[in-house]
Amino acid sequence: MMHAVPLKWAGCGSKIAKMEIVGKSHRRYDALYKARGKAVYVDDLYFPHMLYAGVKRSPHPHARIKKIDPGGLKGKKDVFFVSYEDIPGANKLPIIFDDWPVLAPGVARFAGEAVALVAAPKKELIPELLDEIEVEYEPLEAVFDPELSMKSKVRLFGDNNVFASYYYDTGDIEKGFQDADVIVEDTYRTPYQEHAYIETQGMVAVPTPDGGMEIYGSMQCPFYVQKAVAGVLGIGMNKVRVVQMETGGAFGGKEDMPSQVASQAALLAYVSGHPVKLIYSREEDILSMSKRHPGIIKSRVGAKKDGTLVAVDTTYILDSGAYATLSPAVLWRGTVHACGPYRVPNVRVRSYAVATNKVPCGAFRGFGAPQVIFAMESQMDRIAEELGMDPAELREKNLVREGDTMPYGHKLAGSVGTLETLKKAVEKSGWKEKRKTYGKEEGFKKRGIGLATIFYGVGLGAAGKQLDRSGAYIQITEDGKVAFAVGTTEMGQGMKTALAQIVAEELGFRYEDVAILPTDTSRVPDSGPTVASRATVMSGNALRNAAKPLRETLIKIASELLSVPPEKIELKLGDVYVDGSPKLSLDELIKEAYRRREHMASQGYYVAPHTSWENKEGGEAYMVYAWATKIAEVEVDLLTGEVKVLRITSAHDVGKAVNPTLVEGQIEGGAIQGMGYALMEDILTEGGEIINNNFSTYIIPTIVDAPEIIPIIVEREFDKGPYGAKGFAEQPLMGIAPAITNAIYHATGVRIKELPATPERVFEKLLKAGKVELWKEK
Amino acid sequence: MKKLTVNFTVNGERVRLRVPANRTLLDILREDLGLTGTKRGCDTGECGACTVLMNGRSVNSCLVLAGEVEGAEIITVEGLGGEEALHPLQEAFLEEDAVQCGFCIPGMLMSAKYLLDRNPDPSEEEIREAISGNLCRCTGYIPIIRAIKRAALKLKERK
Repeated sequence: MMHAVPLKWAGCGSKIAKMEIVGKSHRRYDALYKARGKAVYVDDLYFPHMLYAGVKRSPHPHARIKKIDPGGLKGKKDVFFVSYEDIPGANKLPIIFDDWPVLAPGVARFAGEAVALVAAPKKELIPELLDEIEVEYEPLEAVFDPELSMKSKVRLFGDNNVFASYYYDTGDIEKGFQDADVIVEDTYRTPYQEHAYIETQGMVAVPTPDGGMEIYGSMQCPFYVQKAVAGVLGIGMNKVRVVQMETGGAFGGKEDMPSQVASQAALLAYVSGHPVKLIYSREEDILSMSKRHPGIIKSRVGAKKDGTLVAVDTTYILDSGAYATLSPAVLWRGTVHACGPYRVPNVRVRSYAVATNKVPCGAFRGFGAPQVIFAMESQMDRIAEELGMDPAELREKNLVREGDTMPYGHKLAGSVGTLETLKKAVEKSGWKEKRKTYGKEEGFKKRGIGLATIFYGVGLGAAGKQLDRSGAYIQITEDGKVAFAVGTTEMGQGMKTALAQIVAEELGFRYEDVAILPTDTSRVPDSGPTVASRATVMSGNALRNAAKPLRETLIKIASELLSVPPEKIELKLGDVYVDGSPKLSLDELIKEAYRRREHMASQGYYVAPHTSWENKEGGEAYMVYAWATKIAEVEVDLLTGEVKVLRITSAHDVGKAVNPTLVEGQIEGGAIQGMGYALMEDILTEGGEIINNNFSTYIIPTIVDAPEIIPIIVEREFDKGPYGAKGFAEQPLMGIAPAITNAIYHATGVRIKELPATPERVFEKLLKAGKVELWKEK
Repeated sequence: MKKLTVNFTVNGERVRLRVPANRTLLDILREDLGLTGTKRGCDTGECGACTVLMNGRSVNSCLVLAGEVEGAEIITVEGLGGEEALHPLQEAFLEEDAVQCGFCIPGMLMSAKYLLDRNPDPSEEEIREAISGNLCRCTGYIPIIRAIKRAALKLKERK
C-alpha cells in the first residue's frame, strides 16, 4: 500500500531524505485493542489467591505518631497488616534526597501520608479493616506557606526548610536596569495542578519463588520502581522484575509516585506470600499523590524604547510540600527557563524549593516551567503595552536565533525554530486584524487575543544527566517480522507508534510487520525515566543503534544473493531494492539469514549528548530545545467574569514529526490541559488538607469547554535526533495560560496575575477596575 | 450485607448471579463477569469511564446497584463490535486518532452510541452535550468530536 508514495532520494534538499514510514501518519499502534476494550490495565489483572490492599493515612498535616495498633486485625485469618516497623529494607522512596518514607516512621508530615497497610482476600472488606487500625497522634505545629516556612521554627528540612536553591547571573543586572527606558515589576502566583489521569495509581505485586518480586502496574518509570521495591524489601534489584501495564494517563504523576504504590503492594505481598493488588481510589490519589507545584514568581523586566530587552530579574519560589521528591529537579528546570526564549544581556535568577506540611509536589508536564512562563509572558505583554508595541513584534525583536546564546550561557548550534513558530502562528490566527478589532464589541461580551512564546529543554539536561541513557532490543523472526523492546513507556503520548515507525524505517519493514514488546525491566538495561519529552529521541536512537548490525547483516546477504555491491542495496517497505526497483522480498532475505545461522537479534544503547551546568555561570543545560508560540482568543463575559476560549493556535518546532497526526493530537490535548490550568484547575486546602479531592470539586475541562485548536508543525531538524526529531509531548501545555490571560487583558484591560482565572477572580478584577459595577439600591 | 439473586443479559447473554445488595453494576461486570473493558475512574459517577448501556440508555455503572439490574439488558464495550468486525464508532475513533491512553474510551464509545442511537445526525453542540459526562485528559476532546461526526456519516451510509 505504501508503494504508491513517490520516493524521495538523497540529495533532494533535506539532510534526511527518502523516508518511507517516518513522517507519515500511521495508525496508532495501541488504538485498536484499546477501542475494543481489550487493553489490559493494572486493575484488569487477576492472579490466583490474590489479595486486595488498602492504605491507612494520617488525617493530620503534621503529627507525632505515638502508637499504631492493628486492633483486631492480628487475629483475623488471611488479613495482613504492615506498619513502618515491619519493613525489611529501607523505608524510603529513592529519588533525589530519598526523604519520603513508604510508611510514616514516627512523624507524619502531611494530611494523607501513608501510615499503615492492610491486605485481605476481598476488596469490599478493606474499608472496615482500615477502620480497625487505631493510630494515636500528637498534632504538631505545621507550616503551609512557603515564604513563611523559610523563617518558621517548624523544622522540615535543614535549617531553613529550603530543599534546593539555584542561581545564575549574566552581565550586570544593576547597569541593565539603569539602561532600561521602561521597567515592569510584579509578583505572579500559580496554583497546584492535579494530573487527573483518568486511571488512578495502581500496582500488583507478585512474590516469586526465589524470594524476589514481580511488579505489574501503571507507571512511567519502571526502573525507578525496580530500585524502590528492591530497597524497601532489602533484596537485590536482580530479583525485582517490573512490567508496565497499559497506562491510563500519567502526565508526570506516574514518574516517581508509582514507586510509592509499588513499595506498598510489595510489602504486603512479601508479608503475606500472596499476589497483592493495590488500586488507589480517586480521593486518596488526589489527597496523597504529587501535584504541580504552586509557584510564586517575582519578576522585574527592563527594556529599551525600541523594545530590546536589557534586564530580567526573577525570584522563583516553589511550594514543595512535605518531602523533596523531585522538587530540586523541577526547580532547576524552572530556573533555566525563567527568562523565556529571549536574548537578554543582563540576568539575575534566584530560585528556592521550600518544604511545607502539604502534599509533596513533583513532576507534571512542563516540570517547573509553566509557572515561570506565566510570569515572563505576562511581563512581556506589559512591556509591549508600556512601549505601545504589538506584543508579537516585541517578541520577534527579542527571540533567540540560531547562533545566539541563551541567558544562562548556552550557545544555540541549530534546530531553533522560534521565530518560525511565531510567524506562522501570527499569520494563521489572523493576529494583526484581530488585535485591532477584538475588544470593541458592543455589549457585555468582549473578545481578546493574546500570545505567548516558549522554549523547552528536551531530555533530562545537566541536572539529570546520570540517568540520560536508554537501551533497546530488536529481534527479527524467521517469518519476516520484527519485534522490539525499549525501557521507556507508552502512556498515551504515542511512543509505541513513533518507535515502531523508526524500526520499520531503519530495517525496511512495513509498519504492519513491527510488534512492540511490553516495557519490562528484564528485557533492556536501565533506560532512565519516561519524562522530559525524551522517549522518542532516547529510545529512537537506541533502536537505531540496535538496528545497525541487523541491517548490515541483511545487506551483506542481499549483496551476495543479488551479486550487487552493498551500497546499491536498499531495504524498504518489505522488499530489497536495487536501483529503485524491488528485486527480492525481505521475507526471503530473512529466511536466508536464518539458514545461514546469522544473529538476528541485537541490543542497542544510546547516551544523551553532553550537557553542563554550574550555579552562577549556567551552562549547556539541555541537549536541544523545542520552541513554540501559542495564540489564544477569548470572550469575556463582563457580567459574570466567565472566560470562554474560542480558539487556540499552537505552533511547535518539533524537529521532525515522526507521525504528524500524533503530534497534532499532543498539541490539542496539551492545549486543553493548559486551558484548565489557566481557567479552572486549583487544589484548595484548609489547614493543609486538600478539600477538593474528587471530580465534582476538582474541575477539569470537559468536551463542552474545548475550543477550536489550530495545530501548526514546524520542523527544524535536530542533527542528533532520530530522523531529526526532538522531544515534544510536554510543550503543548506550556504557554497556554499566559496566552489566555494576555487575551483577557486585550479584551478587558484587566491583568490576571494569579491563576486560575476563575469567573470569581476575573469578576473581582473587573469590578476593581471599574469595568462593571454592582447594582446598588438607592 | 444481604444478598440477592439477579437475572439480566449482558451483550445478549443471559446472566444469573447471587450478589450482595450493595454491589454495583461496575463491580458485577468487572469482578464477577470478567468484563474488564468497562473502566473505573472515580466510583462516584463523575468521570464517565464506566458508562454502559442499560435498556438502551447510558448509565454510569458505578452508580447502578445490583437490584436495579434485574431484568435489564446491558451492553458494554465488549458488545459494541463483534469478535471480528468493529462498530462504526470504533472505526471512526481509530481513523480520527481519538484514542491516546485509552482509559476513557470504552465509556466515550458507549455515550456516543447512546447519542447516535437516538439522534443519527447530531450537531456538534449535541455531540458536546452527549459527551459532557465523559472526562478525557489526553486528547482535548477535539478528535473525539471529529470521530463521532465521522461515525454518524458511516452509519448513514450503511443504511
